[in-house]
Amino acid sequence: MSERTFLGLPTAPRGVGHLRGAEPFPVAARRALADTQLRRNLGKATRTIRAKRAAVVGELPDWEELRDAGQAIKARTMAHLDRYLEQLEEQVTARGGVVHWARDANEANRIVVDLVRATGATEAVKVKSIVTDEIGLNDALAAAGITAHETDLAELIVQLGHDRPSHILVPAIHRNRAEIREIFLREMGDVDPGLTDSPAALAEAARTHLRRRFLSAKVGISGVNFAIAETGTLCVVESEGNGRMCLTLPDTLITVMGIEKILPSWEDLGVFMQLLPRSSTGERMNPYTTMWTGVTSGDGPQQFHLVLLDNGRTAALADQTGRQALHCIRCSACLNVCPVYERVGGHAYGSVYPGPIGAVLSPMLTGVEDNASLPYASSLCGACYDACPVKIDIPSLLVHLRARHVDEVAETHRVPSPEAVTMAAASWVMASPARYEAAQRAGRAGRLLGRGGRIRRLPPPLSAWTAARDAPAPPAQTFRAWWRDEHGDTQHGDTQHGDAQHGDTP
Amino acid sequence: MRITLFVTCLADTLFPETGRATVRLLERLGHQVEFPAAQTCCGQMQVNTGYLHDALPLVRRYVEVFENCEAIVVPSGSCTGSVRHQHAMVARRYGDEALARRSEAVAARTYELSQLLVDVLGVEDVGAYYPHRVTYHPTCHSLRMLRVGDRPLRLLRNVTGIDLVELPDAETCCGFGGTFAVKNADTSTAMLADKMRSVLDTRAEVCTAGDSSCLMHIGGGLSRLRAGTRTVHLAEILASVPQTPEPQTPEPQTPEPQTPEPHAGDQAGAR
Repeated sequence: MSERTFLGLPTAPRGVGHLRGAEPFPVAARRALADTQLRRNLGKATRTIRAKRAAVVGELPDWEELRDAGQAIKARTMAHLDRYLEQLEEQVTARGGVVHWARDANEANRIVVDLVRATGATEAVKVKSIVTDEIGLNDALAAAGITAHETDLAELIVQLGHDRPSHILVPAIHRNRAEIREIFLREMGDVDPGLTDSPAALAEAARTHLRRRFLSAKVGISGVNFAIAETGTLCVVESEGNGRMCLTLPDTLITVMGIEKILPSWEDLGVFMQLLPRSSTGERMNPYTTMWTGVTSGDGPQQFHLVLLDNGRTAALADQTGRQALHCIRCSACLNVCPVYERVGGHAYGSVYPGPIGAVLSPMLTGVEDNASLPYASSLCGACYDACPVKIDIPSLLVHLRARHVDEVAETHRVPSPEAVTMAAASWVMASPARYEAAQRAGRAGRLLGRGGRIRRLPPPLSAWTAARDAPAPPAQTFRAWWRDEHGDTQHGDTQHGDAQHGDTP
Repeated sequence: MRITLFVTCLADTLFPETGRATVRLLERLGHQVEFPAAQTCCGQMQVNTGYLHDALPLVRRYVEVFENCEAIVVPSGSCTGSVRHQHAMVARRYGDEALARRSEAVAARTYELSQLLVDVLGVEDVGAYYPHRVTYHPTCHSLRMLRVGDRPLRLLRNVTGIDLVELPDAETCCGFGGTFAVKNADTSTAMLADKMRSVLDTRAEVCTAGDSSCLMHIGGGLSRLRAGTRTVHLAEILASVPQTPEPQTPEPQTPEPQTPEPHAGDQAGAR
């Protein structure tokens, strides 16, 4: 496409990290849909968060202006990303931090493993971070003999359950209390065997389990929510306080950051601190916001490393329409309002980024061919766009990625797919009223399939429709035939425009 | 006022009663309705499935057929949405800025039915009579692309005899989504199941909406279940009057009735 410019950096590499599913979305979704416990858990959780978000968003008279501001700041930042990143590097370095640039997941993993090894530690405590899951950092650390301990309650549940996260904000959203209790009893060596499934008891068990790790850890690993270019300040927003522990107690702190997380100034941060908590947890303000700038002698980590990760982001930036996906602040509001996500859950998307934004972001990072089913995993209902705090037009991006996919398939396959043939044929028919009417007449043969105006079974691919729904049989008379009977053939449109030639101006 | 009808290919071919009702309603309100026979389809299916190049001739056709019209009415939120929010984008994608501008101009005069009635014609009570228990499903594109808001409900509340009941979780998608219903049939069906649960919870005999496509989906599911609730387009309710009420549509297994009705060559087959 002419609007895509190759800027020299590749998409996220295969064989590392968690951006690609093992099977296409419809196949994974079918299995998820059959899990009644999952349907119940997701329905209950997303309904609760939706209501909380709606209440706190409704309180702000300037919510739409805030969204506009968030969108504008992100668009400006992406347009000058190179400049802000260099400014950030300069500021972090000047304040005692060390900045590393990682082209992709493999480079980032290598950098982090080497940094941990250099401290001599064999354990690290982790703040909840999707980007480290994107690159498969825990696997890379494990392969190097380093144990990473997740300290966010939901991430801990996922890690202990040998499971995968299924939500950006609530990675264990697919689990209910009873399941969490079972996981703790099975996997936590030090748990009270009389553990109940009350939220307080479960939280206390996790607290006790984690406290020793916080106090003994030499290395902390985090992501960031925001990085402020003008001062080199990094910011983590959280609810549980585990992040504060990981960011302040260990001697060495390693932070991995996707390059799109940057904000130019503190003033910009003010906008996002209003947008993010309301959109993600449905709170006016989150309980813990930790900010740090380089290294402060005698206070907090004495070694600080910032790993700037590309992993397909520059490739995404090269797509002038698609680059909006990089504006995402990972609030997960779009997941919570998505009727598809609510029914299939996060695992069906096969990527650490599920839901509507994931269906856009994952193919942008990997290249559409590696996540080709995701742009179609949406009914384009638009609920995500309305909920997005930075106004990412996700439905339009989904259509854009579908078009990219169709174009790429057409470029690489000499024989068009049956779908491409159907679409081209439909377009050819619709380009002429005469052909269109002939097709309507041919379609009326479909009346023979119907009983009482209903068709119960159609051949593939429409059998996918009639598997669960009746189809209408064509009526005895089309609208245009009725109109002609009633009004004659001399209508304005017919005579004036007729079978208008393209390019003619009537 | 002279109003030009873009009936949509779906209503033309499968749900002609929606088009006839739109004509009856607007004529009853004293307007002159035109139907340019050169019209075909807005191309939304091609756009939303990713075949933007195949939609380009349809965008051009829509512009050429309708650009001299004062007001265009569409009995569909999603086709109106396609004209308003996709046509110019398609033209621009293929470098035709002139077509994009013409498209924007004609899109600005293209209205979904409830928009035309309330915003352009300034009417909320169309003098309709519809003695049935009805629930209204706001379709996604009318709600979130066109922002029709409560216009359809304002029109329905003024219908004599109607027993209008609120649909729980009304703003949730029914799962249609065009080719989504076939490509992701399982997910689509799961969404439909929840929508049908909401519809049936209302004990309504009729579920209405401003889009034949979504109604085809919800109605197809209800019919499969022999649920005893049928789907009727908003235009048909608004066109219904004591003298010529909206034709009763049979439950699927019953023989086709012989209800006489002006204008209608056939009304049994549509639903």
